[in-house]
Amino acid sequence: MTTVAIDRIPTSVPTELARGRGGGGPASKRVVVAYGFWIFILSDMVMFSALFAAYAVLRDNTAGGPTGAELFNLRNVFIETMCLLFSSYTCGLGALSAERRQPGRFLIFAVLTFVLGAAFLFIEVSEFARMVEKGAGPSRSAFLSAFFTLVGTHGIHVASGLVALIYLGGQMIANGLRAAVLRRLLCWSLFWHALDIVWVGVFTLVYLMGDWH
Amino acid sequence: MLGRLSWAAIPLNEPLPLIAGAAVVIVILAVLLTITVKGWWPYLWREWITSVDHKRIGVMYVVLGLVMLLRGYADAIMMRTQQAIAIGDAQGYLPPGHYDQIFSAHGSIMIFFVAMPLVIGLMNFAVPLQLGVRDVAFPVLNSVSFWLTATGALLINLSLVIGNFARTGWMGYPPLSGLAFSPDVGVDYYLWSLQISGIGTLLTGVNFVTTILKLRAPGMTYFRMPVFCWTALAANLLIIAAFPILTATFVMLLLDRYLGMHFFTNDAGGNQMMYVNLFWAWGHPEVYILILPAFGIFAEVVAAFSGKGLFSYRSMVWATLGICILSFMVWLHHFFTMGAGADVNAFFGIMSSIIAVPTGVKVFNWLFTMFRGRIVFRTPMLFAVGFIVTFVIGGLTGVLLAVPPVDFVLHNSTFLVAHFHNVIIGGVVFGALAGINYWFPKAFGFTLDERFGHASFWCWLIGFYLAFTPLYALGLMGMTRRLEHIPDPSWRPLLLVAEAGAIVIFCGILCQIAQLYVSIRTRERRLDLTGDPWNGRTLEWSTSSPPPAYNFAVLPRVETIDAFWHMKRVGRPPVEPAYEAIEMPRNSPAGFIIAFFATIMGFSLIWQIWWLAILGFLAAATVVLIAGWSTEREHEIPADRIAQMERAR
Repeated sequence: MTTVAIDRIPTSVPTELARGRGGGGPASKRVVVAYGFWIFILSDMVMFSALFAAYAVLRDNTAGGPTGAELFNLRNVFIETMCLLFSSYTCGLGALSAERRQPGRFLIFAVLTFVLGAAFLFIEVSEFARMVEKGAGPSRSAFLSAFFTLVGTHGIHVASGLVALIYLGGQMIANGLRAAVLRRLLCWSLFWHALDIVWVGVFTLVYLMGDWH
Repeated sequence: MLGRLSWAAIPLNEPLPLIAGAAVVIVILAVLLTITVKGWWPYLWREWITSVDHKRIGVMYVVLGLVMLLRGYADAIMMRTQQAIAIGDAQGYLPPGHYDQIFSAHGSIMIFFVAMPLVIGLMNFAVPLQLGVRDVAFPVLNSVSFWLTATGALLINLSLVIGNFARTGWMGYPPLSGLAFSPDVGVDYYLWSLQISGIGTLLTGVNFVTTILKLRAPGMTYFRMPVFCWTALAANLLIIAAFPILTATFVMLLLDRYLGMHFFTNDAGGNQMMYVNLFWAWGHPEVYILILPAFGIFAEVVAAFSGKGLFSYRSMVWATLGICILSFMVWLHHFFTMGAGADVNAFFGIMSSIIAVPTGVKVFNWLFTMFRGRIVFRTPMLFAVGFIVTFVIGGLTGVLLAVPPVDFVLHNSTFLVAHFHNVIIGGVVFGALAGINYWFPKAFGFTLDERFGHASFWCWLIGFYLAFTPLYALGLMGMTRRLEHIPDPSWRPLLLVAEAGAIVIFCGILCQIAQLYVSIRTRERRLDLTGDPWNGRTLEWSTSSPPPAYNFAVLPRVETIDAFWHMKRVGRPPVEPAYEAIEMPRNSPAGFIIAFFATIMGFSLIWQIWWLAILGFLAAATVVLIAGWSTEREHEIPADRIAQMERAR
């Protein structure tokens, strides 16, 4: 992998020491930004785990309403899942092109990622609409409240990821792949992969285990 | 058009909140008028409101905390007075609905808008200086954090004048806080103000963990960091791990209230105990978020005023990290009476007792640091000694409450109220006051008056014991908390003592105001020209008081713990160092503007003015996007300018 020297390394710091970790002085901006964003993602994971916990507690509290097995359409959810997983792949390819300073290739992969993400969202929203139509909306039972909140929160994350992707694409076109833009793209790809991880949890715990139930 | 908002929201029929609200509005208007007449706006805007300097932001946090302390104290004295007079046939002066709002507001304000801003403010001010660096990892984000906290404080105070506040207690347990039993705006004020300020706190956590782990002066390995940096690291790790739980919990309660969901309702399968569990899964780490930095302050203060290095630095660090982890394993002791069964209760009871062990280690660290030291009883040191005694008592009653059978008798009694005030006043508040007295000369370049400092300490200490020791006794006698009317006249004498204690604490607050006033008036005589008024040990004392914007012209080289003490012993290099240009973050109005729109959004959500809420959200989001577009956030201070400033010191 090609590494790009993005920040000036202060000459006064002994470079043999790992900067940031030990006694080598302040870390480079790229490390600081990515690390901070990673910590932020961790906190986001904690929020999701609270929502997962709530779902686990309320899963069987259907209050006489429909259960997961009656509502979920695993075929659609599988297609949805594939869209998101492949969008992570294209996101990875995009990140590699950005690091190699290939803006054209990057844009192609960004568009692919966006399309796959949007397809995911489209399927999710139409599933939600179908459920609400059947009278299985979020206020029907505690189970459905927890379901819509957990899955919907993930959906809102995906939607804001898509907005951020357009925004960062605009930055790249306007400013080129300069250091600040590269740092933001790095954060964005961390975010996108994290949403994948959450979705693996949702797919397993909500859909597969729900269908089983 | 205006949702639920109408003229009926102003409590014209209730004179008390109206007068209080009017007084607050008049004070605010007077302050704004003075600023306008004196023409201070450009200065305030340039040097404070848009500042991204961690020192300035720290000072603003502390000021916010102190102002809110007055508000929280006003609530406290109203409650104490009500309990002192509403005994037997007398009904007191507060109707129940109002009294309920006061104790809810008191708790919420004291935790979220007094303790948190004081602790975060002191971390903001001291941590980068102690680490020997020039700012936090994300300076603009830091400003956003502060202003979002200020938004929360503003919203919670708006409830005084427009509408009302929650009547649910500061924990907001459902189903009482659900729509069925609290249909008006009170709980919404509570939820939105804490939700918005909670985002600010979370961002602070991200910022400080990154700062401490990734930005330290060359040579400062982990085990050379000052203890306050360790405790700040632990507290901020707890913020990252705990605050998102609160956010998620409040989101669920908001969805119950706004969209008719059933997380915590009585019907359709809701589960109220899940709220209680989630709330305390945040709530117990939260008390350590508050107390760990206070422990750190005391470690710095005790070492500095004993003229000795901290006894067993490493055990202090491991104790801090031990508490950090254990704090997530004790939450159920807040509701042993839930009925989880003997096994579960026994586990949490034992874990709660175990957490006293690392805390005990710390107490011995402080004591042995003082042992055979040259102790100088300046105000911060007085607070430290008062803390050790008081906190041990609070800790012991805590261990008592951690025994489930005892808790079944004492839960929800004033014994509990006495216990947590014992640790929060004796720990967090004393810690913050010690920290303010300790770092004030660093922040402003002159020391605080010692006579009023001592007087304020004695008033706080004596007032605390007078106010809360009776509550221990009353709790054992069977008095439950949050009573608006006292049925048993035999409790009167102790309640009067508690009232007297609250008044003595007020004298302490007055002494602090006098201390500030006198110190500012006589600042010419108390200038700190050395930058090191206490013969300090850590790096913040190696720079001038107040420090330049860039903190250190040349990043210090750290070779030991207590780096500055070491530098003083070996002597500094006689030659002037070669200055290099310094990149500093530019001021940014983003934090203030985002918070401005967040305030509008929060207020509209509370009153269900949907169009304005959407507008406020979009505006805040737009500011985020605009602020995130720029690629040039730094400006450079040239080397010759730095050399000039350093020679002028």
